[in-house]
Amino acid sequence: MTKKYKSVPVKSSEITPKEVYLSRKEFLKSMGIVSASALLLAACGPEVAETLESITASDTSPTAGSGETPPVLSNDILFDELGDEANTYKQITTYNNYYEFTTDKQGVAILAEGFPSDPWSVEVNGLVNNPKTYSMEDILNTFTQEERIYRMRCVEAWSMVIPWMGFPLAALLSEVEPTTDAKYVRFETLYNPTLMPGQKQTFYPWPYEEGLRLDEAMNDLTILATGLYGELMPPQNGAPIRLVVPWKYGFKSIKSIIKIELVAEEPTTTWSTIAPNEYGFYANVNPEVDHPRWSQKSERRIGELGRRDTLMFNGYAEEIAHLYDGMDLRINY
Amino acid sequence: MRQFIGRVTPLQVVIFLGAWIPVVLLVTDYYTGKLSINPIQDVEQRTGRLAILWVVFTLVCTPLNSLFGWREPIKRRRAVGLYAFMFASLHVLTFLALDYGLDIELILDVLLEKKFIIVGATAFLLLLLLAGTSFDYWKKRLKKNWKRLHWAVYAIAPLVVLHYAWAKKGDIFRLQGDIVQPLIYGIVVLVLLGVRIKPIKRTIAVFITRLAAGIRKQMSVITK
Repeated sequence: MTKKYKSVPVKSSEITPKEVYLSRKEFLKSMGIVSASALLLAACGPEVAETLESITASDTSPTAGSGETPPVLSNDILFDELGDEANTYKQITTYNNYYEFTTDKQGVAILAEGFPSDPWSVEVNGLVNNPKTYSMEDILNTFTQEERIYRMRCVEAWSMVIPWMGFPLAALLSEVEPTTDAKYVRFETLYNPTLMPGQKQTFYPWPYEEGLRLDEAMNDLTILATGLYGELMPPQNGAPIRLVVPWKYGFKSIKSIIKIELVAEEPTTTWSTIAPNEYGFYANVNPEVDHPRWSQKSERRIGELGRRDTLMFNGYAEEIAHLYDGMDLRINY
Repeated sequence: MRQFIGRVTPLQVVIFLGAWIPVVLLVTDYYTGKLSINPIQDVEQRTGRLAILWVVFTLVCTPLNSLFGWREPIKRRRAVGLYAFMFASLHVLTFLALDYGLDIELILDVLLEKKFIIVGATAFLLLLLLAGTSFDYWKKRLKKNWKRLHWAVYAIAPLVVLHYAWAKKGDIFRLQGDIVQPLIYGIVVLVLLGVRIKPIKRTIAVFITRLAAGIRKQMSVITK
């Protein structure tokens, strides 16, 4: 990819090295410890306290140091709107369900390394007035990329908080103008067993396909993600472009999309084809409706040891519950 | 010391190392941070896979004797079975204590409701029963019934394979999804149970005997 995210020109001296950005959490923690101990020690004697203060000062003060401006520390720890900390870049990029590469979550990053996602194009067609094939450059230039910090709940009962970069799917759909007959959106992942060795596996109906009802697709929460932590999307997370529907189980958020099609009928989806009585078309996160084999009442947030209660619609009920008014979510699981 | 070494057979060494190396690896991976970022699930799945593997090993002992005439595995069957029980216990303890934090309510929920847990729990209870009666005391006391009781392993093996298959995303009966490993285990268990059926056992034994005799004859012709 030649183009990165558009951004305001920044002096090179102000750019935060990535390692610093990623280690801010630890950094802040250590700062907290230092300041706390500085306070405690202040009571012991002025000399010690001064030394510690000067250490902290040289770490934080923008005027100190040798010309290198240290990162601004406000807003550095990312939180979702419920106040939960985002998972680390490492957690998000080393624990992936991406069967196109392998079913081994830690193996995906290794096998996906060097996956050529440039050049890439996404074909948008079907029941639309302006069918269009977008290059990734078009997508990154046309649609303003914004950060969205979302919870991701896997059907296997683990979850993460991920700071995605992306844009509302609605923005793209409005450009192509769905016709009045269009009721659903169908998505398709690249099929290339040479690049994606997991696709050599039999027992799966490749290519991966997913779908949304048009109103779900048009909801502002639904995004096409092109990156995370301010970086372009790593291959193991679905480079260069993937869907993110935060109130549905993770498998709905299809990766490495090459095709978006507007259709009249509910499209078939990969997991509902594999096991129809276990994975429905809707797949909304719902602690009341158990997967026939796994309980969905609780989950483990990656990085935590205990389990936490799973929230209705993964905590996004306020924004999207109305989409399902009058529907029996046990039948439409 | 020499006497001790003299008594330990290569098979015993293999069984001992085969059981304890994975335990050592698990512990060192924990302390060196090599478990996945979802460490509880990692431990749960590794101990689970080891338990299935060792259950299958217990089924291998008898055919090694009945088909190939190697007697020693029969003597080691109890040890192999107890190692299977050890891994199954670690797996169950991880599930109860680490994964579900001994939250009785949540555990009862999944235990009574989820068929893959019911199947796994049934297999574990049977395994517990067999491990508990594995001592000579019970063998003497239960006499003929001891052998009958320990036939329960023929139920345990298919149950753990089913538990494994149902824990993965896919449908083993429709051959769809993530089913390769449980499918391989399923076939291996079917074969291991199949070779215990008398006509099959006899046919294979005759075949192997003749094959071995043929090879020996051929070898002697060549060496002459």
